[in-house]
Amino acid sequence: MSDMLPGIEVLSYSFTGQHRPGPFSPVLVGVVGSGNLEVMLEPADGPACTVQVETSARGFGEIWQAVLRDFHRRHPLAGVRVSIHDMGATPAVVGLRLDQAVSELKHP
Amino acid sequence: MSISISYAECSARERLNRLVDPATFHEWLPPAQRVMSPHLAQLGVPCAFDDGVVIGRANLAGEPVFVAAQEGAFMGGGVGEVHGAKLVGWMRRALRDRPAAVLLLAESGGVRLHEANAGLIAVSEVMRALLDVRAAGIPVIVLIGGANGCFGGMGIVARCADHVVMSDSGRLAMSGPEVIEATHGVEEFDARDRALVWRTTGGKHRYLSGDCDVLIDDDMQAFRAAAIAGLTRASAISLGSLEAEHRLLADRLRNAPEGADAIALWQQFGVADAAQVPDLDAAAVRALRVV
Repeated sequence: MSDMLPGIEVLSYSFTGQHRPGPFSPVLVGVVGSGNLEVMLEPADGPACTVQVETSARGFGEIWQAVLRDFHRRHPLAGVRVSIHDMGATPAVVGLRLDQAVSELKHP
Repeated sequence: MSISISYAECSARERLNRLVDPATFHEWLPPAQRVMSPHLAQLGVPCAFDDGVVIGRANLAGEPVFVAAQEGAFMGGGVGEVHGAKLVGWMRRALRDRPAAVLLLAESGGVRLHEANAGLIAVSEVMRALLDVRAAGIPVIVLIGGANGCFGGMGIVARCADHVVMSDSGRLAMSGPEVIEATHGVEEFDARDRALVWRTTGGKHRYLSGDCDVLIDDDMQAFRAAAIAGLTRASAISLGSLEAEHRLLADRLRNAPEGADAIALWQQFGVADAAQVPDLDAAAVRALRVV
């Protein structure tokens, strides 16, 4: 038996980026479905790229940290708020969705 | 020559953007406003920023229309409290703004069971709002072609509309296949028999029995063309038309062959070579309708 509480786990991360995109309309990619996730990018004040993850798969905080760190290496965004609703997506799917969101940001 | 894009494989947002005139869609309550389900988090289920439905206005062939699309990949398109309230508010606004038509891209298993009574009430409010829009003389067009079909309360909502467009891979019914099997047994209905499921709920069956008005291929451009053609297809409801419909359905039920498969029903409708229907494409089935 796991001693973890049922429910959604909320994880928050913050990275310091260099690339500040110009003004942009919020971007949404993906759908909250089994093994899938939705990613929203919004403009934010300050130099940070913040990420908030709400996930039904509890206990994977370290893996999220690693996937998001890799993402931030590929796209060192600044002044962006990333919001994620996850339903058990694998790290590869998460990485692809994040890249898709940045692609939409650059080529809407 | 353009490449055919499958309607079924598009997300709700992709369908909307490809259905209407380019760059004319304006969304109300977009994801960044975070109008989400107040119930799901308590059950450990992640929310969606748009609660699984996109609502807004756009132009279609230059005409101002209201459009909405349900996302089948989020909880099977289930109608929760917020999801339903978005659809209701969207249709009430149509009463005020009087667009040329209201188009609903339905993909739903019906009520979102997680939200229980709130979802049931939401679906009934959607029905009432839809009938108010019709009564105001604004045509309501429902388009069905998503992989989850259109079932439960949303199946009823679809049949309340002026005009129903389906692809041959779309499905429309009240109880879904799994529900029928669970309640009446596998001898009554084998939900894993895909050919049976589509013969009984699929677009071809709905077209041959007159439950949908237009049958098209699973193609975005075909949906757009059918939506444009539907703009002028308002059909007034009267006591006479309702009574005629009830007579038709009562006769059909009375005359249905015992234990009949859909093929026997099509034969009874007078469809030539009914057994071949499952193998035909949409254009060939269109030529067969006699109802």
